[in-house]
Amino acid sequence: MNLSALLRAAAWLQQDGDYFFPVEASTNAGEVDRIYYFIFWVSAVSFALIVGATIYFAIKYRRTKVGMNPEDSPHHSTSIEIVWSVIPTLFMIVMFKWGFDDYVDRRTPPGDAYQVNVHAQKWSWAYSYDEGAETGMGWLGGEGEGLVVPVGVPIKLRIDSADVLHSFSVPAFRIKMDAVPGRYTYAWFEATKIGEYPVFCTEYCGTRHSRMLSKVQVLSQEDFDAWMKKQGNLADLPPVEAGQKLFQRKCASCHNMDGSKLIGPALNGLYGKEESLVGGAKVTVDDNYLRESILEPSAKIVEGYPDAMTPFAGQLSEDEISWLITYIKSVK
Amino acid sequence: MTPSTNTLERTNYLNATKGFMSWFWTIDHKRLGLMYMWSVVAAFILGGFFALKIRMTLMPGAVDFASQTAEQMNAYNNAFTVHGAVMIFLVIIPSIPAALGNFVVPMMLGAKDVAFPRLNRFSYHLWIIGALLFTGTFFIGNLDTGWTFYPPYSTGSTDNTVILATLGAFVLGFSSIFTGLNFIVTIHKMRPANMTWFRMPLFLWAIYATAVIQILATPVIGISLLLLLVEKTMSIGIFNPELGGDPVFFQHLFWFYSHPAVYIMILPGMGVMSELFATFSRKPIFGYKSIAMSSLAIALFSFIVWGHHMFLSGQSQLMSVIFSALTFSVAVPSAIKVFNWIATMYKGSVAFTTPMIYGMSIIWLFGIGGLTGLFLATLGTDVQFHDTYFVVAHFHYVMVGSALFGFIGGIYYWWPKMYGRMADNFWTKLAWFMSFIGFNLTFLPQFVGGSRGMPRRYAGYGTEAGYDSFNYWSTIGAMILAVGLTMALGTLIYSMFRGRKAPSNPWGGVTLEWQTPTPPPEHNFEIDAFPVGDPYDMNLCEYNGEEEGFLPVNPRADDPCVADVAIDPVYFEPESENAPA
Repeated sequence: MNLSALLRAAAWLQQDGDYFFPVEASTNAGEVDRIYYFIFWVSAVSFALIVGATIYFAIKYRRTKVGMNPEDSPHHSTSIEIVWSVIPTLFMIVMFKWGFDDYVDRRTPPGDAYQVNVHAQKWSWAYSYDEGAETGMGWLGGEGEGLVVPVGVPIKLRIDSADVLHSFSVPAFRIKMDAVPGRYTYAWFEATKIGEYPVFCTEYCGTRHSRMLSKVQVLSQEDFDAWMKKQGNLADLPPVEAGQKLFQRKCASCHNMDGSKLIGPALNGLYGKEESLVGGAKVTVDDNYLRESILEPSAKIVEGYPDAMTPFAGQLSEDEISWLITYIKSVK
Repeated sequence: MTPSTNTLERTNYLNATKGFMSWFWTIDHKRLGLMYMWSVVAAFILGGFFALKIRMTLMPGAVDFASQTAEQMNAYNNAFTVHGAVMIFLVIIPSIPAALGNFVVPMMLGAKDVAFPRLNRFSYHLWIIGALLFTGTFFIGNLDTGWTFYPPYSTGSTDNTVILATLGAFVLGFSSIFTGLNFIVTIHKMRPANMTWFRMPLFLWAIYATAVIQILATPVIGISLLLLLVEKTMSIGIFNPELGGDPVFFQHLFWFYSHPAVYIMILPGMGVMSELFATFSRKPIFGYKSIAMSSLAIALFSFIVWGHHMFLSGQSQLMSVIFSALTFSVAVPSAIKVFNWIATMYKGSVAFTTPMIYGMSIIWLFGIGGLTGLFLATLGTDVQFHDTYFVVAHFHYVMVGSALFGFIGGIYYWWPKMYGRMADNFWTKLAWFMSFIGFNLTFLPQFVGGSRGMPRRYAGYGTEAGYDSFNYWSTIGAMILAVGLTMALGTLIYSMFRGRKAPSNPWGGVTLEWQTPTPPPEHNFEIDAFPVGDPYDMNLCEYNGEEEGFLPVNPRADDPCVADVAIDPVYFEPESENAPA
């Protein structure tokens, strides 16, 4: 963890919110916190009453000498039992109704919401926009852009997963939604404060679940428009640079380019090398091997590494595969 | 002189037969209960080891976030998986029903054994097989799916440990079903003639309600796990969308068992609480019928709330709303029980014995565990807390704070009956104090971490996420808790050998298990007809100074508690036609 990353992290801590919650950074957060504090105070008073009564009775009616017999008292009382059944029920009806209203609101995006697509896979987040822009995960306190959105605009997230269950969680917005392979799920929010907010994966998804982190960057509308303008098409870039950008988005959560092992092998200096495979076979790294390893990674597993990679067949265009191979070739 | 009713020096169920096979192949419900108890304790030590491994990994500074390797993360993922699976399938589910239930239920009924003693032995042997299958996973790989086994992760690229573990859970399920079946038949058919349903001790009501859940819900997890195995071993698409399955379908099946299973864990603890509060207040329990009926209500409602585990799974919004409403319904009978226990102390004669201190502290622990459930039943707040440490803290308050403390309290309560000796008063209370402080220190901070968004099942957080202080206090608390629980175990083992000899009724309990000598003879009772009235009529016994315990008022000539009769070996010759074969 370098110093600049720590300083960026400190910026989050300043937006600390109150004791129980991080900062309220969406239109929804305040309502969730109000429901929370309502239940909290109802519970705190109930808890004080039952624990207080327990301690009071235990001391007042403690057995002061062996063989002490109790005083006479009723063994049941229908009226008391009705009272202590009905009062909690009434409070719970209020809790249910309030939580229900908020939930329905949370599940119903406004018709004019701006859609961003969220793509989950082991173990990274990627975001794509209808304008053609794509961004990578943006590590907690680290490099990358993350989910970039304008402030004060309802944002609808369409969430998908390429492999197993994941869950997209932004505590500062009080939103969370599972990513389920084979279908889309939805969430929406409207950010109220410019800044950066952490994103966590909250459904267990394997080895690097705890590293499936990202961030939301909330920009002013002008900054967002300017940012979007800068998002050129990858096809306009030289293939090596396009491949590098794609690599950071799709591959960098499991593959390093500095020779060190992450989940999969490092990919620098790989081209032309001979690799030992599980089962004893050897293979020389060429374009076709790289292509197969991207599209059908389970076909050939390098000795010493798990069969853990998500197949990219159907996720990448021919151009994109070609850019990635060009980039991997270029790094020595 | 009052004759002592302690039969340690005479023939009793502990020393009637000797040798390994006399225990391993026994059909005596008391011996099976004890073997379950020690097996559960062994499994708890295993699960506890992994709990400490989790806490040590998460201690700030213990593992560098930036340089944590894949192997370290896999080891952590294995630790929380094994901790969860062992604690749920091997410890909490069999703890009170199988260990204390086996020991106590037949005696509470004045019976000589359960209805099907051989089936009972088979249940225990299935438990052993299930436990061996689970521990087998250590030797063939790295089980890392979480105890929930969610596909498509579990059926995808994970190793074959999933197959062993699910087979283990499948076998343990049958152990649980057979125990439940046994108790249902026992309670229906073997009550003394004059023990009507509403004259049953409340522990029996709780065990009965638990058994209903065991036999109705457990088959569903068995089927679900078999389907998982079919998908994993034969690639038949059931849950994996790549093969045409639906991952949310598994969650429905899984929680259709696993939510009711929560009540398999907590209902028997509530049954223990009812016994403790009545005996140690020396008063009939307040609102007997509402406690009995609330046990059945909880068992019924437990089947229709599973969807609250799936508010964010992609299930329909309408279902989430319905499940939220139904979830609140289960809170009411739970609250009623708490109020009844407290009211039982009113104008009572409250004894600060070790079991009662466990009982009273459960009001605190279950209070927190139950009330924090309200935040999770409420849709708006659940979205924020779902899959965070708020949930972790909530269910630990229920499963450990209430079920496990209830188990320990129950062990201390029936311990004199089990081994004929008293546990040390001072050290047991000190052990409780350490456990109570350690437990709260471990889990209270996790509520706040969770409401701030701290996700579950993370091998590390990094300082910048802002959760270090919560992890720090949790780890300190876990160490104190470990010391407290170890001390509690130490007091039991010490008292087995050196404890003061127990009178047959040290606490003044009036349920039937206290009307047999301590430790009981092999077949518990000779007589068949008990004069059963109000199960909590405390006037049936009174304190006797020489006995240092309670003796029956107006003992009948055939009362086995009258020592000279009780210890007559001829008297306890089992009746051939009624004796368990």
